[in-house]
Amino acid sequence: MVQDSQTSVATVSASQTTATAVRGLETKNVHAWFGKHHVLSDVSLQFPERTVTGLIGPSGCGKSTFIRLLNRMHEFIPSAAMAGQVLQDGQDIYAPDVDAAAIRLKIGMVFQKPNPFPAMNIRENVLSGIKLAHLKVADHDAIVESCLTRAGLWKEVKDRLTATGGSLSGGQQQRLCIARSLAVEPNVLLMDEPCSALDPGSTLRIEETIKELAEKIAVVIVTHNMQQAARVSDFCAFFLTDGGPGYLVEADATKKLFTNPRDTRTADYVQGKFG
Amino acid sequence: MSTVVSNPQSQPVAPQPTTPWKPTRKTQFTGAFSIAVVAIASFAIVLLTGLAGIDGFGLTFLVVFFGATFVRTKRLNPKARKDAMVGVAICAASVLAFFPWMSIFVSVVVKGAKGLQPNFLIENMQLTTPDDELNMGGAAHAIIGSLMMVLIAAAITLPLGILSGVYLTEIRGRLTFLVRFVVQSMSGVPSIVAGLFIYTTFVNYTNSFSGMAGSLALAVLMLPTVARTAEEVMKLVPDDLRSASYALGARQWRTSLMVILPTVRSGLTTAGILGIARVIGETAPLLLTSLSNNSYVFNPIGGPIGSLPTYVFGLLQIGTENSINRAWTGSLVLMLLVLVLFLIARYFGGKANR
Repeated sequence: MVQDSQTSVATVSASQTTATAVRGLETKNVHAWFGKHHVLSDVSLQFPERTVTGLIGPSGCGKSTFIRLLNRMHEFIPSAAMAGQVLQDGQDIYAPDVDAAAIRLKIGMVFQKPNPFPAMNIRENVLSGIKLAHLKVADHDAIVESCLTRAGLWKEVKDRLTATGGSLSGGQQQRLCIARSLAVEPNVLLMDEPCSALDPGSTLRIEETIKELAEKIAVVIVTHNMQQAARVSDFCAFFLTDGGPGYLVEADATKKLFTNPRDTRTADYVQGKFG
Repeated sequence: MSTVVSNPQSQPVAPQPTTPWKPTRKTQFTGAFSIAVVAIASFAIVLLTGLAGIDGFGLTFLVVFFGATFVRTKRLNPKARKDAMVGVAICAASVLAFFPWMSIFVSVVVKGAKGLQPNFLIENMQLTTPDDELNMGGAAHAIIGSLMMVLIAAAITLPLGILSGVYLTEIRGRLTFLVRFVVQSMSGVPSIVAGLFIYTTFVNYTNSFSGMAGSLALAVLMLPTVARTAEEVMKLVPDDLRSASYALGARQWRTSLMVILPTVRSGLTTAGILGIARVIGETAPLLLTSLSNNSYVFNPIGGPIGSLPTYVFGLLQIGTENSINRAWTGSLVLMLLVLVLFLIARYFGGKANR
C-alpha cells in the first residue's frame, strides 16, 4: 500500500493477501503528462485485495489523473502521456501486448457524475457491461438482483426494473452505476468522487456499499470529504502540488494518517487548515 | 407571546395558487381588444383609401398597430415602451416569415383538393389522357414509383450516413477532415449534376432508364443531409456515456453500436426524414435517370418508372385546365406523402425514448 515498506501496512497486506504476490493493484514510479504539462510525478502505491484506499488532496493535485491511469482511461485524452508501471496481480497493464478493454473489464470505474445509459432501462443498465463486453452469462435475473442488492438499490427498484435510469434520483443513479460496474465482476473498483453530487443519505448508502465490496475486491476512492475518507478507507494516500506536478506526500493506514501523520502538511490538510 | 401565536379564532384565509409571473386576464383581454380595434381601424382605412388587397391590408395593419402601440405605451417607462415596440416588430417579422409557407401550403391544399378523389390514389394514367375529367385516372403509379425510389435511396444512404457520422464523432480517424470536406461539398452539388452523374454511369452502363438509377441519383443528394445530421446528433451525446462504456470494458465499435446509436435513435430518425424530405420532390435528376411512366412499374430495374415530381412536371407542360388540376393534386399528395412518412418514422423512432 505504501511507497516505502511501512510496517503497519505490510503486516495488514500480508495477512489479507496470499503469501507470494501482491494481489490487487500496484503502481511503480508513475508519472503523467498532458502534452508538455507534467501533472503527476513519481507515485508508487499498492492497492491490495479486500482493502479500501482513499486518495485525498486539494483540487488539481493529480488524484483524478492518477485514478484514470489505473484502468487506462487516461489514454482517451488525446495529449495524454505517462511513465512508470501499473501492475495488476504483478502484470503490467501498459505492456505492449495487453488489451486495454480487457483491463477495464477487470478494473471497473465509477465516475463523479452518475451516468446511466439513457437508452436503457434499469435492468438493461445493470446488464450493459455483460452485453458490451460480450460475456456469456447463464442467469441474467440473478445477476441483476445480486448486483443491485450489493449496490444497495434492489429494494427501491425491484418493482420497476423496466423504468429508465433517468427516472431515478441522483443517489439512486449513482448506485445503479455501481451495480453496473459490479455486473462484470471486476477485481478492482475505482471511484472518482462518487458522492460529490449526492445528499448525505445517499452518500451513507454508498459508503456501506463500498465496505461490503471491500470484503471481496480492492476499492480505490478519490474524495474531497475528509470524514468520508476516515469512515470508509483502510488506507489513505495524500497528494499535493506546489504549482508543479502533483506528488504523493505520504500514504499510510487511515487511522495513522489522520491521527499521527509523518508530514506536517498532511496534518494541516486532514485537520482542515488548508485545501 | 400572545402577539406571536396566531389567534385560532381568526383563521387566515387559505392561500390560493396564483401565477403572478403570467399576464393577467385583464391584460390578455386588453391586448386582444387592441389588436381587434387596430384590425377594424385598418380595415376601415383600406375601405376609405385606395389601398386594396391582402397586402394593402397587411401594410395598413402594421402601420396602425405600430402607431397604436406607440400611443398606448406613452405613459409607460422607456424600457417597457421599447419592449412593446420590439414585440410588435418581432410579431410582424414572424408573420412575414410565416406568410410564404402559409401561402404555398394553402394554395396547394386549395387547388389540389379538387382532384383528390379516390381514383387519384388507386388508378394510373395508362388509359387516361391528361385532359380527361378528374374522376378518371390517377397517380397511383407515381406514388408507388416515388415511394420505391425514395425508400431504396434511404436504404442506401441511412447506413452510409450513420456510418460516416460514427466515423466523424466516434472513431475520429485520420481521414476525418477529408470525410467532412467531401460531405460538405456533396451537399452543394446541384441536383441536376447528381442526375447527370448517374446518367453517364449507371444509365449508360445498363443502357436503360430505371427506378434504380433514380434511387442512386436521389441517394447522392440525400447522403450529405443524412451524414451531417447524424454527425450533429452524435456530437450531442455527452462524453460521460462513452467513458462509462469504455470503463465497462467495451470496445469502441460496441460502444458506438450499443450505447451511442440507441441514445440518438430519435435524432437518427430525424436525419432520415430530413434526407427523404430533401429528395422526394427532386425532379431534375429523375428526368435523367428514371424518366417517367404512365403505368405501374414494380421492378426497380425494369425501365422508366413514374414518380410524383415527374408526374407533376409532365402535366404542367401539357397546360390544359384538367392537366394542371391533376398537377396540383400531385403536389398535394407529395406533401401528404412526406407527412405520412414523417409520422411513421416518428412513431417508430420516438418509441425508444420513454
